[in-house]
Amino acid sequence: MKPDQTLEIIALADLVEKARVVQAQGGRLVQICATALPSEFELTYSFDFGGRLASFRVQVPRDHPRVPSIGSVYACAFLYENEMHDLFNLSVEGMTVDFHGKLYNTAIKYAFGETKAPPAKPQPAAAAAQPN
Amino acid sequence: MARTIIPFGPQHPVLPEPVHLDLVVEDEKVVEARPSIGFVHRGLEKLVEKKDYVEFVYVAERICGICSFIHGQTYCQAIEAIMDIPVPPRAHYLRTVWGELSRIHSHLLWLGLMADGMGFESLFMHSWRVREQVLNVIEATTGGRVIFGSCKIGGVRRDIDADGVKHVLAELETIERDMREITKVFINDNSVKKRLSGVGTLSRQEAHDLGCVGPVLRASGVAQDMRQLGYAAYPELEMEPVTRTDGDSYARCAVRCDELFQSVSLIRQALARIPAGEIAVKVNGNPKGEVIMRTEQPRGEVVYCLKANGGRNLQRFRVRTPTFANIPAMLKLLQGCDLADVPVLVLTIDPCISCTER
Repeated sequence: MKPDQTLEIIALADLVEKARVVQAQGGRLVQICATALPSEFELTYSFDFGGRLASFRVQVPRDHPRVPSIGSVYACAFLYENEMHDLFNLSVEGMTVDFHGKLYNTAIKYAFGETKAPPAKPQPAAAAAQPN
Repeated sequence: MARTIIPFGPQHPVLPEPVHLDLVVEDEKVVEARPSIGFVHRGLEKLVEKKDYVEFVYVAERICGICSFIHGQTYCQAIEAIMDIPVPPRAHYLRTVWGELSRIHSHLLWLGLMADGMGFESLFMHSWRVREQVLNVIEATTGGRVIFGSCKIGGVRRDIDADGVKHVLAELETIERDMREITKVFINDNSVKKRLSGVGTLSRQEAHDLGCVGPVLRASGVAQDMRQLGYAAYPELEMEPVTRTDGDSYARCAVRCDELFQSVSLIRQALARIPAGEIAVKVNGNPKGEVIMRTEQPRGEVVYCLKANGGRNLQRFRVRTPTFANIPAMLKLLQGCDLADVPVLVLTIDPCISCTER
């Protein structure tokens, strides 16, 4: 099954205005997905229009990881935006509800911000076979 | 008036899983609720960098212990969409049957927890007694009770033969009869009505604006159900979203009660129309491309975002779980509520922290 969905790349500066337009058209915020790429962060904002999914993507440079909040348009965006901050170390400017890094109590700070998995811990030498 | 902060969770009698809320109260009124999650965050999304995309079905199924099958199914559907894999029709029907059995046992689990939260212990025990019967059917057809391990990319691993179909249908008769007894109490009992009616009302507009999904959204009058998107065997089955218009805790309970019987009907339809044939196709190559796959879990719409660059490992795997989408609504419901209503309001969104802490 091929889902009915579209993806449009937009400029970071147009993000909030785009959210406003989508909201006026009755779009429901479905998700915000952040992806850490080697040179940038890719943020995908998806909206539902009665079953059809429209996504908008912005690219955020790694050396300036700042993105405006769409919380003024979509009240529920604060959760996704706090998640982006806590897991990816992205600064979301103007969040309507800011947990200041306290939403996720993860053991590793900004665990999703890097593109490569941390090196695996060395395994202890194989133990002698245990009887069942 | 002086404000006090009351910590609610992460360990609390009504919470089967850890989530923490700082409740800012004035006298007996909650004026604000601040959530804190991540106590058991597992970083499963990050695991795609280490696990092969085929092997990752096992991880997807383990995101949640309640809606495990639908997690695996959604992941498989996403890979199948990227790789353009033609899944055999029989596999679609089998996925539908197991998905609906998952929904029944999840809703019965919730009904039991809600009864327990209200102090209605006998109702709690009866709800979970019937749930055991559903788990027995799942075990008889898949070999597992919690993790089915039946879904794979390209189809399913197990079939249900003619005797198995008869067994499922016979068990469904008993399960349906018992569910009628239980739901009669949830819908008609005065103490349940008094506890839930008018508590935590969410208007249609609020539910839409807060990004609600599943029974929370439908109880506020929005007829949206991801099963209507046309995945698995749903396009060939008759189904209308269950809705209520009151938007309160009682309406959310009633939607879940009605969905139990909707699932029974879907299983019967699927088993009556299941076509003969293969249950899986061979999968070759690696995925390249991206897709957003949505399905309807017991708690609502789940969103899988997959991005693949042609390697054995995916570039990005992201899951937006239904509980995550319903948290803003829960926080809204808690604002201005009585402190005594907090357990009911937290339970009313059917929170699954395991999913949320993927």
